Amino acid sequence: MFSLLRSMWLVFLHMFHKRETYQYPEEKAPLPARWRGRIALTRDPDGGERCVGCYLCAAACPVDCISLQATEDEHGRRYPEFFRINFSRCIFCGFCEEACPTYAIQLLPDFEMAEYNRQNLVYEKENLLINSQGKYPGYNYYKVAGMAIGGKDKGEAEREEPPVDIKSLLP
Amino acid sequence: MAIIHIDGKSYDVKEGRNLLEACLSLGIDLPYFCWHPALGSVGACRQCAVKSFKDEKDTKGRLIMSCMEPVKDQLRISVTDQEASAFREQVIGWLMTNHPHDCAVCDEGGSCHLQDMTVMTGHSYRNYHFTKRTYKNQYLGPFLNHEMNRCIQCYRCVRFYKDFAGGKDMDVFAAHNHVYFGRHKEGTLESEFSGNLAEICPTGVFTDKTLKQHYTRKWDMTYAPSICQGCSLGCNIIAGERYGSLRQISTRYNGAVNGYFLCDRGRYGYEFVNSPRRIREIAIRNSTLATITADDALRHLKDKLTGGRVIGIGSPRASLESNFVLQQLVGQDQFYLGMTHTEHDLATLALKILKQGPVRTPSMQEAAAADAVLILGEDLLNTAPMLGLAVRQAVRRQPTQDAMNAAHVLAWQDAAVREAMQDRNGPCFILNIQPTGLDEIATRAYHAAPDNIARIGFAVAQVLGAPVTVITDLTEEERQLVQQIADALSAAARPLIIAGYGMGNEASLRAAADVSWALHAQGKPAMLSFTMPECNTLGLEMLGGLRLDSAVDAVLNGEVDTVIVLENDLYRRMDKHTADHFLKHCKDLVLLDHLYNATAEKATVLLPAGSFAESDGTLVNNEGRAQRFFQVYGATGAIQESWRWLLQLGAITGNERLRHMQFLDDVTEAIAKRQPVFAGIDHLTPPADFRIAGQKIPREPHRYSGRTAMQANVNVSEPKPPVDDDTALSFTMEGYRGEPPSSMIPFFWWPGWNSVQSINKFQVEIGGSLHDGDPGKRLLEPNGNSNGNGHIPWFTDAPEHFVPMAGHLLMVPVYHIYGSEELSVHTPGIAERSPGAPYIMLNPDDAKRYEVAEHHQLQLAVNGHPYTFTVKINPALHRGMAGVPVGLQGIGIAEVPELGKL
Repeated sequence: MFSLLRSMWLVFLHMFHKRETYQYPEEKAPLPARWRGRIALTRDPDGGERCVGCYLCAAACPVDCISLQATEDEHGRRYPEFFRINFSRCIFCGFCEEACPTYAIQLLPDFEMAEYNRQNLVYEKENLLINSQGKYPGYNYYKVAGMAIGGKDKGEAEREEPPVDIKSLLP
Repeated sequence: MAIIHIDGKSYDVKEGRNLLEACLSLGIDLPYFCWHPALGSVGACRQCAVKSFKDEKDTKGRLIMSCMEPVKDQLRISVTDQEASAFREQVIGWLMTNHPHDCAVCDEGGSCHLQDMTVMTGHSYRNYHFTKRTYKNQYLGPFLNHEMNRCIQCYRCVRFYKDFAGGKDMDVFAAHNHVYFGRHKEGTLESEFSGNLAEICPTGVFTDKTLKQHYTRKWDMTYAPSICQGCSLGCNIIAGERYGSLRQISTRYNGAVNGYFLCDRGRYGYEFVNSPRRIREIAIRNSTLATITADDALRHLKDKLTGGRVIGIGSPRASLESNFVLQQLVGQDQFYLGMTHTEHDLATLALKILKQGPVRTPSMQEAAAADAVLILGEDLLNTAPMLGLAVRQAVRRQPTQDAMNAAHVLAWQDAAVREAMQDRNGPCFILNIQPTGLDEIATRAYHAAPDNIARIGFAVAQVLGAPVTVITDLTEEERQLVQQIADALSAAARPLIIAGYGMGNEASLRAAADVSWALHAQGKPAMLSFTMPECNTLGLEMLGGLRLDSAVDAVLNGEVDTVIVLENDLYRRMDKHTADHFLKHCKDLVLLDHLYNATAEKATVLLPAGSFAESDGTLVNNEGRAQRFFQVYGATGAIQESWRWLLQLGAITGNERLRHMQFLDDVTEAIAKRQPVFAGIDHLTPPADFRIAGQKIPREPHRYSGRTAMQANVNVSEPKPPVDDDTALSFTMEGYRGEPPSSMIPFFWWPGWNSVQSINKFQVEIGGSLHDGDPGKRLLEPNGNSNGNGHIPWFTDAPEHFVPMAGHLLMVPVYHIYGSEELSVHTPGIAERSPGAPYIMLNPDDAKRYEVAEHHQLQLAVNGHPYTFTVKINPALHRGMAGVPVGLQGIGIAEVPELGKL
């Protein structure tokens, strides 16, 4: 008898508590910055595509929903020729982000991706690429990699010596 | 056998090897860089350090490099010793100080020995925070990409390129921590074996440039074990596919055939499979249908095949299965071998000599173990490149043995052996119509007319005791040469004679046979190797059929209504005029092929056939070794294997001989049953219902990615993966993950060993055969059961001395590794390296006589038809002869030797 009354009392008290329910969609839930939602391809500080087409995200993906083809511009910079994510398969595990060596692929705090037609959940590169550095500002992979690309020749990356003059006899 | 103790456990190992090999053979993971099973040890990288102990009481021990330590009985070592593993980690740490942060954009990533070894040693954190050394790269031609920053100075590249393959244009430059591996100046790497650098290099300094055009990681490709179609040697390859196009060819180790290597034509000549010239749809001339389905085509052909008289023309570049099914479809008496007149004669003779003679034809690795070589009229680097590489190894046998005896070193102590032998070479004699790339290693290279070369061969046989009609009119120089060759061959323990299709001369094959038989009669294990023009020439010859000339006659006489041509461009089999004439008189020409060619233009029905990447089949190489190749990926559209098309034609016409045949196994079984010479080819690989633990063998690695996204742009619901009913391989990544049977290894991978170096795990011993034997089955064995000479009489008559004919030139073939082969030339890189426009090679005296100079045009009449060529001068060519690059596109002449009238 007592426990019944106690429960009723507690329920009654909840009327005066702060509401946990958000009036979605009028009111949006505040999502933490590391929320694993919509996947995007980000750009480096110079505005170039960060993705270098290394295939690590695709390999890490447990449902194999990422497929891409790497290609190269005339100066040797790698980028994906196409980059496709089948969101109807994606489980938003974030392994792709974890595998990405260039911070290109990032999961953003946004989950509003529902579609009536499943085919519309297939995102191509133009749907994925955003004009932002995402969560990791300042990182530019090609500034630390040894490959020469347009605008950065051999020896011009961070912590690199100028190219060796192989004809020199000096020690 | 010796007993060695590794970490307290005792093992029986083979004496004479080094400790690293012993450990790897035992399955112990030990990191290494500079050592390579084919190159031996130099102890340069310090990566394979282990602890060695004096005796049981020794607890301190000392570090040794396992690759430099011979196996000795009662040796005590420790691999897991803390000091040893710390040392190995330290070494990797140093190697990595200058290694760029490149893995994401490096083509080697995922199949990188440096990655594997770094993980193996446990080096995970960078302690070096200063600047990195950088280099400028070089342009190295259409096949290889250069990225010197990644170099770890293991020296494997120059050891392979210079020491093993005899390349001249690559070396190590500069000094101390600035050493540079490349060419003295930018330019195309000249060696025919340069592509192997991509596999030899443990990291990404040299990578496959054609793969880069459509880059795919190792784990993302669908692989199948295949056989190279580039020449007659039948090197084993692994072909990888992604998104419906062929991406890469890599070496499939076969301890008897190609070992660890491939030539550049084999490695890079694959892109014809992706060519826009591919025949992808069925075509019927004058058909009113908008789209023609397979059923339409078969119904159309049913009337043709049942109503009229039909003949079939086979092909030396099609599989045995396809040729056999065509033979059964049209009947034995209507089946013609689609080879030129000369090739047919040579193949017939070669088969007779190999089948009935007493001398064994060696596998490529046996050829590499020969200690004296005689080459009669063969430019190996252009006609059978990997056999040329084998000859390069063969000439090292004698000096290596001498060095081992003199300096008391072992064969794998590479630096010591090379130091002791300097640039001495064993006996090797090359007789050819013009200089060859191997002349530099020859004891003597001699250039003469084909018949004169055969005469020298016969004279050698005579000196060795063969009953040859005495050859009197040799010059003094030739007599000395004959004596020198005979002496060298009789002194050798394992002499090897090589001849083949290179000169188009039958007499040279006979002479080679005589020489080898004479050596055999002396009790020597002589070897006789014949090169063949195409990947299945010998197989087609063994299958048997009528000559192509008689097909021409039959058609011209109006005896034939329908001609079925199997994977063959008849313009390469007869000269243009004959082919035009022949095709004009064919009422119906059915062509099954994969590339659009001149014959396809004349065809009335065109059926799209699968290339080697879309077909299963069997090829017989020049050794008589039958080898199976597997389909890499499911063919798209109307493309099917040729034999499947022909089986369907057989079914619709109610052919009795093809009844109940549907799958590959049915066909191979029928071949083995109906043609005793092919007995056993149905067991080359396990049958289609073969399962390990109830599972098929997957063509795709377990990390294969993108399955639910690859086709999603077309339809988000994934299609059912293609099913392989013909073989025990599956097109998916599901299946048995352990080691497959050696004949059907789709790719080499082992836990911790992602790179090609994982081959170690599949071998009985390092450099030995694969675990359940090297794939392939030899169909030809010597016939030595009668006294002396098998069942074949000696060839007693040498040809007449070559006499130039006034106003005429004897046209002899000149082959090019890039350009002469029909299919590979449809690959951009190969086309870039091909000699381009057809030319005619003349002796300077002839050029003077006919008043032409280099680059002039010369008109010749061959069989009454005029041909114009650009002149090239070659002083080594005999007077009265002209070298013509047969096989080159646009040459118009399919067949030489032939007399050309000026």
